[in-house]
Amino acid sequence: MPDLLIELFSEEIPARMQKRASEDLKKLVTDGLVEAGLTYASAGAFATPRRLTLSVEDLLAQSPTTVEERKGPRIDAPEKALAGFLRGAGVAKEDLGTVEEKKGTFYVAKITKEGRPAAPIIAEVLENAIRNFPWPKSMRWGTGSLKWVRPLHSIICVLSAEDGSEVVEFDIDGIVSGRTTRGHRFMAPDAFSVNNFDDYSRKLKSAYVMLDASERADHIWHDATNQAFAQGLEVVEDKGLLVEVAGLVEWPVVLMGNIGDDFLGLPPEVLQTSMKEHQKFFSVRNPKTARIEKFVTVANRETADQGATILAGNEKVLSARLADAKFFWDNDIRTVEREGFEAMAAPLANVTFHNKLGSQSDRIARIAALAREIAPIVGADADEAELAAKVAKADLSSEMVYEFPELQGIMGRYYAKKAGLSDAVADACRDHYSPLGPSDDVPTDPVSVAVALADKLDTLTGFWAIEQKPTGSKDPFALRRAALGVIRLIVNNEARVSLRANFYRHIVSIYDRLAAEHSVLKMDLEQYAEDGSLKKIRWVQTPYESGNEAGLLLYWRMPENDLGLENSDESDRRIALAPTKTSADLLSFFHDRLKVFLKDEGIRHDVIDACLAMDGADDITLLVKRARALSETLATEDGQNLIQGFKRANNILSQAEAKDGVEYSYGPDIKFAESDVEKALFAALDTAEAAIKPAMASEDFASAMSAMAAMRASVDAFFEAVQVNADNEVVRRNRLNLLGRIRDICLSVADLTKLDG
Amino acid sequence: MSQTLEKPRSFQEIILRLQAYWASKGCAILQPYDMEVGAGTFHPATTLRSLGSNPWAAAYVQPSRRPTDGRYGENPNRLQHYYQYQVVIKPSPPDLQELYLGSLKAIGIDADLHDIRFVEDDWESPTLGAWGLGWEVWCDGMEVSQFTYFQQVGGHDCAPVSGELTYGLERLAMYILGADHVMDMPFNDPSAPTPLTYGDVFKQTEEEYARHNFDAANTEKLLKNFEEAEAECHALLDVPADDPKTGKRIIMAHPAYDQCIKASHIFNLLDARGVISVTERQAYIGRVRTLAKACADAFVQTKAGGYVPEATQ
Repeated sequence: MPDLLIELFSEEIPARMQKRASEDLKKLVTDGLVEAGLTYASAGAFATPRRLTLSVEDLLAQSPTTVEERKGPRIDAPEKALAGFLRGAGVAKEDLGTVEEKKGTFYVAKITKEGRPAAPIIAEVLENAIRNFPWPKSMRWGTGSLKWVRPLHSIICVLSAEDGSEVVEFDIDGIVSGRTTRGHRFMAPDAFSVNNFDDYSRKLKSAYVMLDASERADHIWHDATNQAFAQGLEVVEDKGLLVEVAGLVEWPVVLMGNIGDDFLGLPPEVLQTSMKEHQKFFSVRNPKTARIEKFVTVANRETADQGATILAGNEKVLSARLADAKFFWDNDIRTVEREGFEAMAAPLANVTFHNKLGSQSDRIARIAALAREIAPIVGADADEAELAAKVAKADLSSEMVYEFPELQGIMGRYYAKKAGLSDAVADACRDHYSPLGPSDDVPTDPVSVAVALADKLDTLTGFWAIEQKPTGSKDPFALRRAALGVIRLIVNNEARVSLRANFYRHIVSIYDRLAAEHSVLKMDLEQYAEDGSLKKIRWVQTPYESGNEAGLLLYWRMPENDLGLENSDESDRRIALAPTKTSADLLSFFHDRLKVFLKDEGIRHDVIDACLAMDGADDITLLVKRARALSETLATEDGQNLIQGFKRANNILSQAEAKDGVEYSYGPDIKFAESDVEKALFAALDTAEAAIKPAMASEDFASAMSAMAAMRASVDAFFEAVQVNADNEVVRRNRLNLLGRIRDICLSVADLTKLDG
Repeated sequence: MSQTLEKPRSFQEIILRLQAYWASKGCAILQPYDMEVGAGTFHPATTLRSLGSNPWAAAYVQPSRRPTDGRYGENPNRLQHYYQYQVVIKPSPPDLQELYLGSLKAIGIDADLHDIRFVEDDWESPTLGAWGLGWEVWCDGMEVSQFTYFQQVGGHDCAPVSGELTYGLERLAMYILGADHVMDMPFNDPSAPTPLTYGDVFKQTEEEYARHNFDAANTEKLLKNFEEAEAECHALLDVPADDPKTGKRIIMAHPAYDQCIKASHIFNLLDARGVISVTERQAYIGRVRTLAKACADAFVQTKAGGYVPEATQ
């Protein structure tokens, strides 16, 4: 069976798109072939900066002939129906067969689709793939209308078998398929022709092209680590950079160069970031001192001078880059030494965080107050936490972070140390942004925890207060991430924060400031629309009172004549400043996030709902402890059966209570117990209650729930042996009250009515 | 071009060689536009001529001004006034990359010894309502040019597509000439009777303009000038096409576009003076873009912009 070779040869494809593009090519082409009946044994996809290549082995030479039977109208159907059927099936009346069925005799058409040779099918599939290729960004060039990631120059499309090969001929916007390609842009630019994939990859290799990206990456890593090792050094691993660099070259040549002595004193993170971001260099570290001493660059060619010119050029460019970095570092250190680190934060007063939430300085002041409040809860010193919060974002106005935003926090830690602040404060500068991603480490030092919590809680309450909540897939302020961060900080550190009270206080203070600071409102008086036109907006404040809640109602009006809004309902556009409602809403957002978080631990939504209904649901540590204990109890046989017993008791009670119009919660009396089983249940309930009460009081949910689960045998035996609805009304009521006690005991642990099944 | 040329000896020799090279490849060698612009792209020979269906090929030096980049001539490679070399060819020829590499060879960069790379860098100009895809070209790790296939200008799809090359001349020349500070770079031939460095020519002006741009430019007047340029641009475009004096159809796309350029430069100055807040910034950029779009709309209604009168269609 023949093999297929496809190469799409273009100008340089962005490194970040290559891998995905080779996979897309493989999928589009092989899916298209299979759909047309051409199955194959295996396929491989490759990408270099200038080409996407696909090799398909053992492809059917021709698609199989297929026969389809299609049932038509009944033989006594009107002529019109038959004519329509014949047209649709593309057959003549004489070719029809018939089939007998219960409902009568029907026409049957046999439609034969002849198989087709592979070549025309491939041509159609490939043309379709090229025209519908899912590039993240594509472009036109010259006078053409075809879109590709960069200008497409030539196409190889060759079917090969043992007896030779043929070009699959087609033409797409003037590019005619063929069997020629070119080697390395500079080292082997001439065209050559190929017969099959083996021939192609062999000739490419001698034309200085390594086709396989993983081979290029391996080659780079191998050479780089060897060169470093020879000098007693090691390359700092960076998989993302390796993939990117492998996508920038067809013929990787690894060169190791020197960093000027002037720059070796810069923090390693600065060297690494500058070299990676600007130059795509790997950092080379001395394992003894952890200092970065050299760099590795990857050139795309060999030269007569063994890369000497290339390396000299790269060293020079790096020196210019690092001279900038050193300039920033020296200036920042000078500022810190002269004025202190806190002073570095002063310019943040002029940086808007959000036009309704004030400047970065306003934000820092809020975070500092909050950090002070949280400090005792997480075991931090309040003064230290407040100081840490005040300086944690100071590096945002440093020159280094302005140049390299990704160094925020990291620079703060260096500058805090230079300013003589404590290690705890310095670490908080670096760590208070954490955790960012779900797999990020969670800070554990109390000062870092206090600032990290305060930072995220301020963001959440702030955006909730001004009604900028995430909707659907839109979460521009990363509030879901912030909430997850809070949850992980609290759970990992077992912090006991009453979120509802915390939210309320903070939201009220934001509203107070909104109302008091006229300057903030004034910023909104004139707003530019997206098209640059000026829209005047009038803010109106009125006191707001509803129930037992007082607040402030803030809404805006457009001058009617400008925008023709005279009939619109201004209440649509108001911000009702209702702190209780806003706090409750934010708490329920947290509960949703918590469900997502606990789902990863295998804890079901309904288990969390059962715990949310209990007191203290705004204390995440308590909530998680309760949910984990309940989840574990449900996993035991006793626990699972007890829940069934509880449900049964609850169902019987609900029916009886609805019928009798009373609530059975008076407490049963053992003197009306008729059987041993019933008496045993009394005893079991006493035992359980005696164990559960103190356990709950000390938040030992595991003990409380195992005590609850231990009732299982007695509850089961009771239902097995005893008829609740006894004829004797006194006995019946006593038994219902007994069930009521089961219910009360269970509900004191968690709201088991919320559990599924 | 098989033998390697001798290395250029001065800043101006690099410019002269680029001029000669692109002239030999058929480009019209134009002169700089006589207004303050932020980049070579603003020259109407690029912005307007990349619109419409008429073929075009031009190359030119464009003095460019970026008021915020002024460093009183002290920074080794940051200037508020610098030169760009700009090549624009429509439709983009299939061998544009090879033509470009030929130009590097002409100014002494031998691809056999250097590592030349095309690294993804998409171009977007929010003020011009323009974008394109392409690369920054690296030579031994240094960015030496921008290479862009224009997709849209002034909100119009480019069809055919223009290829645009931009060389940052000072940086490129410093690299070729081995200068560590821009002001030390020879401007004319070092063996000339009066050898001049870049600093001899520009050190003083960098100081003067840095002071002007950061501290002295009258912001009140500039704000007023911005409004006036904006109004004038719209007013020129609102004039009916039929000229009663000559009886001809004359759309004043270029004079209107001059006002757009003016507004853009004034905005840059205001930005350097620090009187534009972050929120206002977007609005100003939006207003300049509105002008650029209106000029592009007008230009495609002209003959040079590919407009064909209905009678001859």
